[in-house]
Amino acid sequence: MLSVKGLRAKVGDEEILKGLDLTVRPGEVHAIMGPNGSGKSTFAHVLSGRDGYEVTDGAASLDGVDLLALSPEERAQQGLFLAFQYPVELPGVNNTYFLKAALNSIRKARGEEELDAVSFLRLIREKLKILHLDDSLLKRAVNVGFSGGEKKRNEIFQMALLEPKLAILDETDSGLDIDALRIVAEGVNALRSPERSVILVTHYQRLLDYIEPDVVHVLYKGRIIRTGGKELALELEERGYGWIIDEEHAA
Amino acid sequence: MTSTPAVDDFVKSDYEHGFVTEIESETFPPGLDEDVIRAISARKGEPEFMTEWRLKAFRHWQGMAKPTWAAVDYPPIDFQAISYFSAPKRPEDAPKSLDEIDPVLRETYDKLGIPIEEQKALAGIAVDAVFDSVSVATTFRATLAEAGVIFCSISEAVHDYPELIQQYLGSVVPHTDNFYACLNAAVFSDGTFVYIPKGVRCPMELSTYFRINARNTGQFERTLIVAEPGSYVSYLEGCTAPQRDENQLHAAVVELVALDDAEIKYSTVQNWYPGDAEGRGGIYNFVTKRGDCRGARSKISWTQVETGSAITWKYPSCLLRGEGSIGEFYSVAVTKGRQQADTGTKMIHLAPNTRSTIVSKGISAGRSTQTYRGLVRIGQRAAGARNHTQCDSLLIGDRCTANTLPYIEVKHPGARMEHEATTSKISEDELFYCRSRGLGEEDAVSMIVNGFCKEVFNELPMEFAVEAQKLLSISLEGAVG
Repeated sequence: MLSVKGLRAKVGDEEILKGLDLTVRPGEVHAIMGPNGSGKSTFAHVLSGRDGYEVTDGAASLDGVDLLALSPEERAQQGLFLAFQYPVELPGVNNTYFLKAALNSIRKARGEEELDAVSFLRLIREKLKILHLDDSLLKRAVNVGFSGGEKKRNEIFQMALLEPKLAILDETDSGLDIDALRIVAEGVNALRSPERSVILVTHYQRLLDYIEPDVVHVLYKGRIIRTGGKELALELEERGYGWIIDEEHAA
Repeated sequence: MTSTPAVDDFVKSDYEHGFVTEIESETFPPGLDEDVIRAISARKGEPEFMTEWRLKAFRHWQGMAKPTWAAVDYPPIDFQAISYFSAPKRPEDAPKSLDEIDPVLRETYDKLGIPIEEQKALAGIAVDAVFDSVSVATTFRATLAEAGVIFCSISEAVHDYPELIQQYLGSVVPHTDNFYACLNAAVFSDGTFVYIPKGVRCPMELSTYFRINARNTGQFERTLIVAEPGSYVSYLEGCTAPQRDENQLHAAVVELVALDDAEIKYSTVQNWYPGDAEGRGGIYNFVTKRGDCRGARSKISWTQVETGSAITWKYPSCLLRGEGSIGEFYSVAVTKGRQQADTGTKMIHLAPNTRSTIVSKGISAGRSTQTYRGLVRIGQRAAGARNHTQCDSLLIGDRCTANTLPYIEVKHPGARMEHEATTSKISEDELFYCRSRGLGEEDAVSMIVNGFCKEVFNELPMEFAVEAQKLLSISLEGAVG
């Protein structure tokens, strides 16, 4: 599924990712943790193809397709999804219209038939039910005037609809109170399947109380310096990152 | 975001409707004097009062100076080098039905996708197509006549309804109003006349398609719409033009009169040839549009989507003379390449409890210049008057210019004024967000721009809104027809 090897990337003259390796198999949930400035969000952005990053070395592929050679939309069409840390507001663009255009663009790229309005609405209702959401979000402009919790829920809703092979959740827990966090986590859990992989990029252990990861990685200075099971996250919660960093420096 | 493929395409996209129809025109030689005015009037078989009206305007015009205050730049126009009359052949046996229309002409309309065909008729829209200067097709006259609605060319109206013409023509935009309006009064070729009788709700949307076609012929349209007390009409105006090398002057005048409790909704989609990348050969669009809310509780709404012309100089305005009358202006203006637009509105509050709303959305790309110029005036008698103005500019690329020049004059202490203005660029964040959801860059730009214009499109009649969005997307996608 996802294979990242020796990935190096710069922003301007500053190297942020310094040889990152990561393999995620179908159905797995990986958490990438690390202190501020370790390169977590950069990794999420580089994988999804955002401008402003220069990949200088390494490879990233999804099901054997070279992601780095593709535009952001082509990556999405390949089944990559990024839930934004700060979802963007699109004034005047109706949420339903946006979702339909996105879904049909992806279907078209895959050679599937575009959904008509009726089938699309049926699909939307189905997904709303899975996520226990009401349809009030649909009638509004994309993320405009949404609360922090609504924005994050809307991201998960988009994910449910676009059915990616690999979803990257970039700090989805940031700015959420405990109730909103639970709702979002339930949504992600409902979307777990043997075919779908998830990368949780997070600063805190808190999210992992609700979404149980199979693998936990610690990212530090652009490289993964420690990989373990979910108990690693608990240890980090207790002891912070300092001890791993010290061990890394010692080694 | 200085340069991306979608933006480049948008900036470079050629005019989609650029072709010339070969049709024999009967055109006056260039030049303008009293003899030409008399010849135009005679050619149209006008009654004496019309000839005199034109001559009066012409004499006034000779003493007028060209306006220079607008933020547009163009070489001086030689008014003696313009031909002031051009009519399609066979004007004496004007067609009675679509079948009688010159096939070349019909082909032109088809190429433009102008729905003059039956399907449009079935859709319930009457079309009064203006080709060059003389109306060649009018449909649905019968249905409209049943409702007592008059919908005809202004030339016909001069013959058939001289008393209405004498009463209303020039009553909103007098010939002394401004340089181009005065010129129009002297030489106007044709246009549309609409009259909605008392208490009648016009049974269909009225639609006129304009086209400038004959080489080097200035076109001077004149439109007059009169809504009697308690009546309602929605009027749609749309236009495209063939590609040209010479600049073509277009100086139209539109007058609207709304009496007590009457409502006029006037919608425009304008897509005239904007010139090549250097701005050569585009249309000069110097238009005077004004609505007179003459009656109490009357309402006039201007909605416009402007994407064409090399130079636009246009301020659809409302005179709020009736107590409690309402004026509205909703506008989307798109400029790219070397286009220049100085456009906006005037809301003149003269009576108590009058209200006006202005929503202006400007999108500038390439090396274009766009200026919103708006005046809100609250007169001494306008107690309880209210205005809300919102001006938003969206910039694409970094070589375009957007200006907002609101003028506010308040002479009554009880007036309530609100003004909001924003200027923004399409952000990387917005684009990346859309693209990360699988939308191509062009679709993303189109979606963001359409969202930006949403409030205005909402005001357009359904069919026109679809057309307007399509027009915007075509420009943005850089599709070449």
